[in-house]
Amino acid sequence: MSEHEHSIGFYVLILVALLILTGVTVFAARVNLHAWNPVVALAIASLKAVLVVLFFMHVKGASEKMTKVVIFSGIFFLLLLLTLTMADYGTRLWT
Amino acid sequence: MASVTTIPERDNYLTNGYGIKSWLLTTDHKRIAMLYLASITFFFFIGGMFALLVRLELLTPEGDLLQADTYNKAFTMHGMIMVFFFLIPVVPAVLGNFLVPIMIGAKDLAFPRINLLSWYLYIIGGILITHCMLTGGVDTGWTFYTPYSTAFTNTKIIEAGLAAFVAGFSSIFTGLNFIVTVHRMRAPGMTWGRLPLFIWANYATSIIMILGTPVIAITIILVAAERLFHLGIFDPKLGGDPLLFQHLFWFYSHPAVYIMILPSMGVISEIITAFSRKRIFGYKFVALSSIGIAIIGFLVWAHHMFVSGMSLYAALIFSFLTYLVGVPSAIKVFNWTATLYKGSISYTTPMLYALGFIGLFLIGGLTGLFLASLGIDVHVTDTYFVVAHFHYVMVGSVLMAYLGGMHFWWPKISGRMYPEGWGRLAALIVFIGFNLTFFPQFVLGYLGMPRRYWQYKSEYQVLNIFSTAGATILGVGYVLPLIYFMWSMRYGKPATDNPWSAAGLEWMTSSPPPTFNFDETPVVNFEAYDYEHIKEKEVPVAH
Amino acid sequence: MHTSPAASTEHNPALRHHFASVEQQKNSASLGMWLFLVTEIMFFGGMFCAYLIYRLAHFNDFAAASSSLNIWLGAGNTVVLLLSSLTVVLAVNSAQRGKRKLLVFYLVATIVLGVTFLGVKAKEYHDKYVEHHIPGADFNFKEEHTAGHDELPPVNQQHAQMFFSLYFVMTGMHAIHMIIGVGLFAGLAVMAWKGRYDENYNTPVENAGLYWHFVDVVWIYLFPLLYLISRHH
Repeated sequence: MSEHEHSIGFYVLILVALLILTGVTVFAARVNLHAWNPVVALAIASLKAVLVVLFFMHVKGASEKMTKVVIFSGIFFLLLLLTLTMADYGTRLWT
Repeated sequence: MASVTTIPERDNYLTNGYGIKSWLLTTDHKRIAMLYLASITFFFFIGGMFALLVRLELLTPEGDLLQADTYNKAFTMHGMIMVFFFLIPVVPAVLGNFLVPIMIGAKDLAFPRINLLSWYLYIIGGILITHCMLTGGVDTGWTFYTPYSTAFTNTKIIEAGLAAFVAGFSSIFTGLNFIVTVHRMRAPGMTWGRLPLFIWANYATSIIMILGTPVIAITIILVAAERLFHLGIFDPKLGGDPLLFQHLFWFYSHPAVYIMILPSMGVISEIITAFSRKRIFGYKFVALSSIGIAIIGFLVWAHHMFVSGMSLYAALIFSFLTYLVGVPSAIKVFNWTATLYKGSISYTTPMLYALGFIGLFLIGGLTGLFLASLGIDVHVTDTYFVVAHFHYVMVGSVLMAYLGGMHFWWPKISGRMYPEGWGRLAALIVFIGFNLTFFPQFVLGYLGMPRRYWQYKSEYQVLNIFSTAGATILGVGYVLPLIYFMWSMRYGKPATDNPWSAAGLEWMTSSPPPTFNFDETPVVNFEAYDYEHIKEKEVPVAH
Repeated sequence: MHTSPAASTEHNPALRHHFASVEQQKNSASLGMWLFLVTEIMFFGGMFCAYLIYRLAHFNDFAAASSSLNIWLGAGNTVVLLLSSLTVVLAVNSAQRGKRKLLVFYLVATIVLGVTFLGVKAKEYHDKYVEHHIPGADFNFKEEHTAGHDELPPVNQQHAQMFFSLYFVMTGMHAIHMIIGVGLFAGLAVMAWKGRYDENYNTPVENAGLYWHFVDVVWIYLFPLLYLISRHH
């Protein structure tokens, strides 16, 4: 666990960034970007998630490498579940 | 003619506190391992009882012993109890809990209270499944496929699901405990490269427990929600896809079989080295292959679904990946064999189980490769070929390794020696009984006998009779250790610290160990399996 | 076998006997909590998998069903939850600086925000009930929101119901986790009031904080996936 503490102002700044991104994603949803709508929405969500994980959960600058290994494993195996399942559904209708 | 032998007993984990509260509220990992031993053994025999019912029914081609629905319940409860309440927890919760801290030189696991909670969760799950059994049981097969389990069956799916859900959390917390313990609590000098392979095996198993079990947890919840609220996620009548259930179910349940086999492989590494008096051949390969099996094991689940209606292209991918997962297992078999080569072999009971394991795991694993081939699978899927395959790996491998491990570490656990003659006899009976039970099933499956059927064509009867006869012999083989282990606790020869002159920190403390495992924290300056420096009959020391 | 020197005499009362040092204990607790969060990722992951499959299969019907959710309540709830993540960070910060009253204040603030979120959720569920959007015998998805788009095929009731099944399961599971979180913080607030946490020992606050942030991250994904499928008209 990192002992490097940020100032309260810094955390408020991160919150403001998160709120702005929330506004952006609502706005972007009301614009027709065709196939890019879900991509943009997920990208913004991921950016928000990264901010929460790095700064609110103190992962940035954490002294323990294992924390990052554990997080990446979780994300990796989730993506594995989604991707390999889609390998079935995505190719069901192929002849 | 055995007499009660009394020795001046040091204070150890068994004598440190008497009375039921000192056991039910313990946080000592060794006592918790014993609590698991008692409860898991209980459920093993319940599961075995259902197996007996199945095998008795299958003595004759007609369905004449049980009604069809009752037969369905018998094989379902056999599967559910054996999978969730025996095979998945047994080696980690009994041997792992006892040995992991000692083998790394720690005083206890990282979270002793969570360890106790794990056991209570197992018990709660056990109570739920017992109640479910006694009030009608479940008839869907342990795999509770939809839409039968969600829309048609009247049996107690939600209760059984809840039992598995709770037991799953027991598993998750054990895995969590092991990972943190191995990372944070190794004794000074115990580097990753000096860890016994049993630790590597349990570490890899814990990774699977953490990543896989939650998926079956949510699957069970979705099935329960579907039954209660008719949501339609898996119901074709409401626009759902039954195969989605199968994907989510097998995403856990395939890695689950690696949860079963990996710790057993760890046991085999310990036994083979001790009774060849040689260090393991290719330590790094064996250690990394455990991690490899854990990871690749997550990539193959849909090989259970080849004929279910899934995409052929996905089936090809999963078939290829399934061949891949055989590679690290094969590496281990090669390394164990190479360890045996030119070793100084003693045919003790644990070694007999280990040697049996190597042969039976070979057959089980190779037949898995046959099943990985799409062409063969179409012919033998849902037949007794599959049943034989998984019993070779689950019973012929996992259970044999567990018994081998129990005999190997029994002196450490109880402070007593078991009777070696009876041990060897029981091992032989188990081996003969096992092969007689399950080898005929390969033939039956190839000839076309379907699994989970209550009646069969009369030409299959002879092989079925062999199988049932074998099951009876196997049962005798399992009851014998139960009897002589209990006998040994009172009448067995007291054990020395290291009756096998084996390597490993667990043999450098008393039998049984003190509550905090070591009188002083060990400092490790030797490699694992340091047999060149351990003369036979000598207690190993640091040099 | 060599032996290590006897344990040092200084003794933090929070140090448990099987750990060699407070730092080892803290690191272990932290690693344990992160491992638990990974199990939660996989747990929610199963639902995201189901959602992904059905959304891709029935995109238009899902878009129509999604449009019937109140975007402002959803966005508002997102703001509330993000704010509560800030109060959690500030609670941990207060604990690390030994500020007892501030810690209690921020814990209570988090609880209030959490309960607000749950209240809004309850209102949304009630709206769905009134509109006959709850899966079951009474389900009936009327297409007021697609008025003016006659070229689109009518919404398939089964597929729309599938959306709502997933909506209730996913937000329901999320809400259960929030209720547990609120309960955790209530317990922590009581302990904090009694002075149990300070700069030497505040691990439970930190770890509960990690849990809450995780629940926040799940919502960060749920909001666009469920509410923002197709809002352009």
